[in-house]
Amino acid sequence: MKTDDLVNLLSANLEAADRGKARRALAGALALGTAVAFGAMLALLGMRADALDLAPRVYIVMKLLFTLSVIVLATIFLIKFARPLAGRSRTLPLLMLPFAAIAIGAILSLLSAHSTTWDGMIFGKEWLNCLVSIPFFAVAPFAALVWALRKTAAPTDLGRAGAVVGLVAGGIGATAYVFHCPDDSLPFVAVWYGVTIALCTFIGAKLEPRLLRW
Amino acid sequence: MTAGLEGDAAAHRRLLKQLSGHLRAYFKGRLARVGLSLTDAEDLVQETLIAIHTRRHTYDLSKPLTPWVYAIARYKLVDHLRGRKTAIFDIPLENAEEITASEDDMAVESGIDLHKLMSRLPVKMREAIQLVKLDELSVSEAAQRSGMSESAVKMSVHRGVRALAELIRRGGGS
Repeated sequence: MKTDDLVNLLSANLEAADRGKARRALAGALALGTAVAFGAMLALLGMRADALDLAPRVYIVMKLLFTLSVIVLATIFLIKFARPLAGRSRTLPLLMLPFAAIAIGAILSLLSAHSTTWDGMIFGKEWLNCLVSIPFFAVAPFAALVWALRKTAAPTDLGRAGAVVGLVAGGIGATAYVFHCPDDSLPFVAVWYGVTIALCTFIGAKLEPRLLRW
Repeated sequence: MTAGLEGDAAAHRRLLKQLSGHLRAYFKGRLARVGLSLTDAEDLVQETLIAIHTRRHTYDLSKPLTPWVYAIARYKLVDHLRGRKTAIFDIPLENAEEITASEDDMAVESGIDLHKLMSRLPVKMREAIQLVKLDELSVSEAAQRSGMSESAVKMSVHRGVRALAELIRRGGGS
């Protein structure tokens, strides 16, 4: 085929570009993924019984602050990486911010407690459940985001795009888990939420170069 | 680019034509180093033009065009070399301006056989592309001719071009 013929073919009867497409697909994927993750949490684990009492509410809000800030920051970078990017960019420091904050909080709360209680603070009641549930709840948002990106985006750094997809999905999985999570301690959140969200990010970075090729 | 995004076909054609010269120079230079042919370079030019076309909504009007084009071209180059299992070859990340530094109008035919690719599309898409893109009928004429509704024609063209891009990316065209 001659390139001029291709240019003619592409330009013939040109339609105006639909510039809101990528944003709509992303919003749709976030909404759908979140809904499925919450549905799975309610169906499989259920809300914690004392969710409306005052004391646990403080912890629920704290956990949500952490997971939501992960989602918001990662989504900002996802929008960036969904487009062709020529240069390298520094992303890590800003994305690590919520993790650094929760780690500092965790260390402070460990230091203020007696070392014999550290075991309980770190492992809590359901660490294994947390470890399994967050990545599991992240599957639906992950799939929805991959679908949206494949359809509308043009990422040129697939590894990074994949990592932030995993990070957003992990954040959504963790947000859903917050409403069940019976463990109210910062070290617990720092370790188990941190590990599972990092795991989702890693899986995203590894899988995505195959899933997102265009 | 702006006019092309709003649906100005002549502006879009001019832009693609101009970019094809830059892309050809870029790909020829990079592929010569790994010993690939002019046909390969032309394949890449065409693959990149299709990518630029089908993903044109990802261009942010407030930013310069060159880095956006360069990023797509480099991505396609890396993807192409990976696909052909060429020896490990690190594509340097250059200044984006590199892409418009030179131009090359010595086009050869690519190894992509459009008609062969078209024959692998679903009937509706093939017909819509034939009428709207190759015979250059208007959408309403194409709708009459084919018995599809206008929106179905538009949809089939849109999906068809994307399907062609996907077939070419998988190397089905050569």
